[in-house]
Amino acid sequence: MKYVTTVASALVVGLLFGAGLAVSGMTNPAKILSFLDIAAIAVGDWDGTLLFVMGGALAVTFVGYRYVLSLPHPVLDSLFHLPTARAIDLRLIFGAAIFGIGWGLVGYCPGPAIAALAWPTAEPALFVAAMLVGFWIGGKALR
Amino acid sequence: METAFTPFAGLIGGALIGLAAVAFMGLLGRIAGISGIVAGLLAPPSSDTLWRGAFVIGLIGGAAIVRAVGWGQVPMITAAWPVLMIGGLLVGIGTRIGGGCTSGHGVCGMARLSVRSIVATLVFIIVAMAVVYVRRHLLGGV
Repeated sequence: MKYVTTVASALVVGLLFGAGLAVSGMTNPAKILSFLDIAAIAVGDWDGTLLFVMGGALAVTFVGYRYVLSLPHPVLDSLFHLPTARAIDLRLIFGAAIFGIGWGLVGYCPGPAIAALAWPTAEPALFVAAMLVGFWIGGKALR
Repeated sequence: METAFTPFAGLIGGALIGLAAVAFMGLLGRIAGISGIVAGLLAPPSSDTLWRGAFVIGLIGGAAIVRAVGWGQVPMITAAWPVLMIGGLLVGIGTRIGGGCTSGHGVCGMARLSVRSIVATLVFIIVAMAVVYVRRHLLGGV
């Protein structure tokens, strides 16, 4: 029963997350590219929406985590699965930089790209397919 | 190619994303990092496979609901197909090696005040800004 609840919870949380991405406009990569185009600030057609998306998400998560992580364990599991890595190493910087290149080329990061599959256009699907191959290659590179 | 500045919709959508991140931690005890959740689907099937799949279906379904209501923005994609594929590949490889993306590092990690996540987020935002600058203003492309 707990297993079914876990899967159902993941579905509902996914729905919330996908709705948030779509409501905020992040499913449209043109908005991300407009945000990333800092030269546009000077000429006045910069789109700072992403800052508000990050700000809203961070504020809620920061406050919510304070409460949730003070509980002895999550509702559906016996422990919190928190990252244990602490090192600021070359792998972190190198990985983030490669991700940044891809993000800057297209304007999609993983969440918005997958949520954009809700629109019947070929481009997000092509991007997501390539990204899955990238996940696989990146996973191999870690070993 | 400017887009409209929509701070209110951004805040509402951002708050929903935050709510999802908090609920995921409170219920499943996990970081709501999309790259990690989805990449885990490529591993051999385990007890984690179903909830990961359910999350992805929800992610698309949530956007589909918003689209049906008429709130979502139609994706405007100008990148040519080879660029899309190279971009997708780099996003996939980079987020695996760097251990997270905009959601895992940018939202969940930063909310935990993880130094790793703050550094990673600064790096990918600055690199992405540099890429856009070079393409739009030095090479004159889109």
